[in-house]
Amino acid sequence: MKITVPMDSAAKAVGADEVVQALLAAAKDKGLEIDITRTGTRGMIWLEPLIEVEIDGQRHGFGPATPEDAAAILDGNSDKALGPVEALDWMKRQTRLTFARVGIIDPLSLDDYKAHGGLAGLKRAASMTGQEITDEVKASGLRGRGGAGFPTGIKWQTVHDADAPQKYIVCNADEGDSGTFADRMLMEGDPFTLIEGMAIAGLGVGATKGYVYLRSEYPDAIDVMRKAVDIARKAGVLGADVLGSGRAFDIEIRMGAGAYVCGEETSLLNSLEGKRGVVRAKPPLPALEGFLGRPTVVNNVISLATVPVIFEKGAQHYADFGLGRSRGTVTLQIAGNVAHGGLFETAFGIAIDEVVNDLGGGTLSGRPVKAVQIGGPLGSYMPVSKFDAKLGYEELDSQGGLLGHAGLVVFDDTADMLGMARFAMEFCAVESCGKCTPCRIGAVRGVETIDRIAQGDMDALPLLADLCETMKDGSLCALGGFTPLPVMSAVTHFPDAFSHAKEAAE
Amino acid sequence: MKDFIIPDDTDMGTPAKEGAPVSLIIDGFDVTVPEGTSVMRAAAEAGIKVPKLCASDNLEAFGSCRLCAVEIEGRRGVPASCTTPVAEGMVVNTQSEKVRKIRKGVMELYISDHPLDCLTCSANGDCELQDMAGAVGLRDVRYKAPENKVLANHFATRNTSGEANPEWIAKDDSNPYFTYDPSKCIVCNRCVRACEEVQGTFALTISGRGFDSRVSAGAVDDNFLTSDCVSCGACVQACPTATLQEKSIIEMGTPEKSVVTTCAYCGVGCSFKAEMQGDQLVRMVPYKHGKANRGHSCVKGRFAYGYANHKDRILNPMIRDSIEDPWREVSWDEALSFAANRMRGLQDTYGKKSIGVITSSRCTNEETFLVQKLTRAVFGNNNTDTCARVCHSPTGYGLGQTFGTSAGTQDFDSVEHTDVVVVIGANPTDGHPVFASRLKKRLRAGAKLIVIDPRRIDLVKSAHIKAAHHLPLRPGTNVAVVTALAHVIVTEGLMDEAFIRERCDWDEFQTYAEFVSDPRHSPEANEMLTGVPASELRAAARTFATGGNGAIYYGLGVTEHSQGSTTVMAIANLAMLTGNIGRKGVGVNPLRGQNNVQGSCDMGSFPHELPGYRHVKDPEVRDLFKEAWGVDIDPEPGLRIPNMLDAAVHGTFKGLYCQGEDILQSDPDTKHVAAGLAAMECVIVHDLFLNETANYAHVFLPGSTFLEKDGTFTNAERRINRVRKVMAPRNGYADWEVTQLLANAMGAGWTYTHPAEIMEEISATTPSFAGVDYALLEEKGSVQWPCNEAHPEGTPLMHVDGFVRGKGRFIVTEYVATDEKTGPRFPLLLTTGRILSQYNVGAQTRRTDNVVWHEEDLLEIHPHDAENRGLNDGDWVRLASRSGETTLRATVTDRVSPGVVYTTFHHPDTQANVITTDYSDWATNCPEYKVTAVQISPSNGPTDWQEDYAAQATKARRIVPAAE
Repeated sequence: MKITVPMDSAAKAVGADEVVQALLAAAKDKGLEIDITRTGTRGMIWLEPLIEVEIDGQRHGFGPATPEDAAAILDGNSDKALGPVEALDWMKRQTRLTFARVGIIDPLSLDDYKAHGGLAGLKRAASMTGQEITDEVKASGLRGRGGAGFPTGIKWQTVHDADAPQKYIVCNADEGDSGTFADRMLMEGDPFTLIEGMAIAGLGVGATKGYVYLRSEYPDAIDVMRKAVDIARKAGVLGADVLGSGRAFDIEIRMGAGAYVCGEETSLLNSLEGKRGVVRAKPPLPALEGFLGRPTVVNNVISLATVPVIFEKGAQHYADFGLGRSRGTVTLQIAGNVAHGGLFETAFGIAIDEVVNDLGGGTLSGRPVKAVQIGGPLGSYMPVSKFDAKLGYEELDSQGGLLGHAGLVVFDDTADMLGMARFAMEFCAVESCGKCTPCRIGAVRGVETIDRIAQGDMDALPLLADLCETMKDGSLCALGGFTPLPVMSAVTHFPDAFSHAKEAAE
Repeated sequence: MKDFIIPDDTDMGTPAKEGAPVSLIIDGFDVTVPEGTSVMRAAAEAGIKVPKLCASDNLEAFGSCRLCAVEIEGRRGVPASCTTPVAEGMVVNTQSEKVRKIRKGVMELYISDHPLDCLTCSANGDCELQDMAGAVGLRDVRYKAPENKVLANHFATRNTSGEANPEWIAKDDSNPYFTYDPSKCIVCNRCVRACEEVQGTFALTISGRGFDSRVSAGAVDDNFLTSDCVSCGACVQACPTATLQEKSIIEMGTPEKSVVTTCAYCGVGCSFKAEMQGDQLVRMVPYKHGKANRGHSCVKGRFAYGYANHKDRILNPMIRDSIEDPWREVSWDEALSFAANRMRGLQDTYGKKSIGVITSSRCTNEETFLVQKLTRAVFGNNNTDTCARVCHSPTGYGLGQTFGTSAGTQDFDSVEHTDVVVVIGANPTDGHPVFASRLKKRLRAGAKLIVIDPRRIDLVKSAHIKAAHHLPLRPGTNVAVVTALAHVIVTEGLMDEAFIRERCDWDEFQTYAEFVSDPRHSPEANEMLTGVPASELRAAARTFATGGNGAIYYGLGVTEHSQGSTTVMAIANLAMLTGNIGRKGVGVNPLRGQNNVQGSCDMGSFPHELPGYRHVKDPEVRDLFKEAWGVDIDPEPGLRIPNMLDAAVHGTFKGLYCQGEDILQSDPDTKHVAAGLAAMECVIVHDLFLNETANYAHVFLPGSTFLEKDGTFTNAERRINRVRKVMAPRNGYADWEVTQLLANAMGAGWTYTHPAEIMEEISATTPSFAGVDYALLEEKGSVQWPCNEAHPEGTPLMHVDGFVRGKGRFIVTEYVATDEKTGPRFPLLLTTGRILSQYNVGAQTRRTDNVVWHEEDLLEIHPHDAENRGLNDGDWVRLASRSGETTLRATVTDRVSPGVVYTTFHHPDTQANVITTDYSDWATNCPEYKVTAVQISPSNGPTDWQEDYAAQATKARRIVPAAE
């Protein structure tokens, strides 16, 4: 009996390991021979632990499973039965390119990886010149999935064209945005995809060394990635001669130390160099003077992990998905007060409403949706009136939103929007690196000014608007620069929360 | 007093760049600047000052304050002008409504966290935050605390209800010269960046993040004094507010004017602005247009000027019949006639050559010129010598023989172009700190470093610096090591043959090549002798010969040996061998010990040379001076310092005028020096303090400090820098005036009214100074000699098209071991040096707060040698050689190799020179300070000699004041 259980930390957090123990015990009781493979998660987090049992060559799901369900699952009569997983609506409606293997394969089996199309992209890239590789990425229309949406191919071209004795690929795996987990899910569920993507990047721009800057809060991902790098090195995927190409590329996993701002690429580079994690002024661009002053590609996990499928299936195949200038797929992470939270990969262009109310099934509390914050703690609160907006970089921007890393956090009508605005400032104050004045002092003043508004001091409201303008225009990086977005979106879309704050409080 | 007009001192915001011209438009004005220049600097070039707080033109752009935001047509947002490089055709608006609003918004934030005590603030009138608040038109700070809360801030000790403010940090006044007041800090990072980029010490950092970001010295429990801070003051200079502030400013207030002058400590010759209130010195600030220091300084130059007003300073002339008597304060007239009569009397009794002078490497060129003129034109002999005898005389000889000039080949700027640096027998971070900072900056940019030194000096490994090779040789084996380097280069064919054929004497090279190729000069053959692993030495030789521009910097660890001159020649050989002469980034660079060692040598202080290194035997030169001075010049060379002392002991040398040098403490074999001095009948000491030599003096003439006189110093790069009088001499006369008074008391009839007139005489008689006059120095700031018709603006680089002597001359450098050898009685080798905070014999620095860093000389001993002798850190130890013995405390460290001990000679209580011997350089008599065989043993206090010496000194310093 072939069973798969996710080892993804989201599944483990809700008891996957205990279910595994129960399955083994139940099988022993029954004298059943079972073969449990640990995989990544399918992304249907509300169904975790999602146990899959192979029946007639099809994987049938059972979830959310508890240890008490083990016997029934083995007997085939569990009331948690969901039927074939691939036939579930959530799965059928997706276009899984980047996450094609996540939840399906054993993350640390290179054979499994290859059997599911792995390394095809790298093999192809190994036969191409650096310029051809870069051109392929440009043709795919891939843009930075970390949040800025900068065309990946153009960044690579800059590094490719730079003349330097050493270049680097740095993967930004410091996934700190609230409500986001795509990077972690991919690294825990299909680490070789990231490794392959980084290797292709290395061949493309002429870098021989890569670093994954992985946040310390992801111990499982760190463990999986370290093991995967060792396996890849032993198998010749990494090392002095990548897949016999004669070209070298190797990867080192580095652990972050818990600073949100180190997800900003320049402070990430400082941290990686062993310096304080403060933001660097740009220019110089990291593409020209990055890690240790050398030309460096800094890309998000999802950007790099998407590269293999582009090379496996061709740039055009990837570019055929999407909307406007947002090509390919977006890996939505649906979280917060939502009935069906999880990861959903689909072509750009899906509307907020479909994501929140259809896929997400509305709030978990059952109360009406009030807002959704898209793009992490620096993203706007989108009111229900804007739920027609389509999820694409430009499309959301035109509605005052920010796609960011594509995390969505849903709030019901009990959400205190002044409190959320205050939280945004407080978050900025706590996480500010302290280099630039608008963020260092401004965020602290922001909290105080919102407190005044809460006390009914209406002079503070125009001051808050001025402060947000100073922070937006004056800050050195996106932390101070985008904090005004949640604050001012709350003020703009939920004015009552601010104008009558004192009365409400009394 | 005529103040030097300080050229435009405006801070341009970011460093100057070199590159192709780029044209852009800023606020409607066309500007053309080199590629790579920031928009901020381009604006400054056009006379437009963009508001700024975190930018400074001696630091790389940082982009944190956000005040300098500008708008650029076609670009999104409001880029910081400091971090944005110019681009062709760029159109910049520095005053758009948008940027004005941002600046005001940012300034409102700054001021919301700043104590508004401007009127009583020590930076009042000298605060960039204040200036910028004005510049952006901030009129209102609207931030205030929510009800029942406190506005978060760093400056209030307590809130209104008396609770302590956790963000408040007390002032750190641990450093004797400046304070750190965190409540005034705007976290611009300029101090941290100055410590890193300018000084290269990395003592400062920002701790915490966000609103908790604080400037922090060292680790958590450190203050400024206990941290790695070297008190160079770069952070204080960089601070735009009162956060890091000189204590002198806190006490006295802001200066009202400044005068550019030259530091009187080491041979780097830093330019400073002496910032004044009337005739009161408020602070010294390194002058950014100073070509030696480029706006940087060390703790001595910036802060250690307090000796000028120290209570020990002697301001009245004093005489006594015998050194057993107490001093008698007398009038200048009485002192001078007493001195003149005695000196003339000695000449009458013992002959014309029975008296002489010692010129000072601390005094100006003009003063030194007068002192040697005194002996040559008034005493009628050539008995003149100088402290350069005991430091860099081998440099003069060695470089004169090989290249044809007795001086370094480069300017200090040259280090910015070097690729491989050899530092041999020098400890620049302590001895020449400002040069060291410039060197370290170049090393951090990727240049390689080879250190040849018995000790692991800081340059071998310190923050972000690591030597590619450290060759820890046994003291005394310099020649063997340098010759072995040449052996590798020649036998491995790494020499620059084209250079040698074109620039050097090929026949002499053949002889030399044959000599060094001999297997007995191989690193392997010398490994046992020198203690340097052969493989490391070979690697170092290859690095130097093949690494690009190679520059050699050396100090007294090269010269103060019995083969000092030989090592200098070996170094010159190495430079010629590798073609490293005659362009930027290369050369042979002696690091001169004192401020005017170069100048005192140039000025004819040596007994065999008239000014400009011309031998007294040369009749044409003598005629020249005869014409100028109206007297015949003695054609016989006079006595060197050791000869004077020997002659004194023999009873033939009887009188000495010693200006600004303390030979008793600084010269080797103290007992011999004391005996020589005691045997003289008239010792005239001309100094600021009753130094050790004065214990044996009959006449004391009070000296003046560098702040009290006009003149010039010549630094290690041959740069003639102006010294400007900023206050009247407290003793009444500048030193050159005192020498003139003495000369005239002896009937000379000199009539100089200003040092400029002395310089006219120097340039008229000395070809390499022919073009030098005060007007040129006013115009250029400084010039490097030779400065004459061929080089009207001076000579930054020597031997560019050919050696001064014609063809470069390779000289065979046979290693001859010193007679000073270790044995059963004295099994260890003592070598000496100095430390950052103290200077030379310490006469000045010991009379400043610099003593907090170094209050006594310590003996460095390797743990292995310490354990053998049962010594622990801090123990009293007896240090003995065949010359004498002293006691001091031990510090156990592996900085020295086993078998080698090290100490400094800054304190007369220790008198390290009781230990050093009378061996000296074969060519120049430069003493062998750097090698003495010694034994170390536990001790429980000062030796008898130290106690006797202290008693004699106390007795000799008794003063009977003049009747009121």
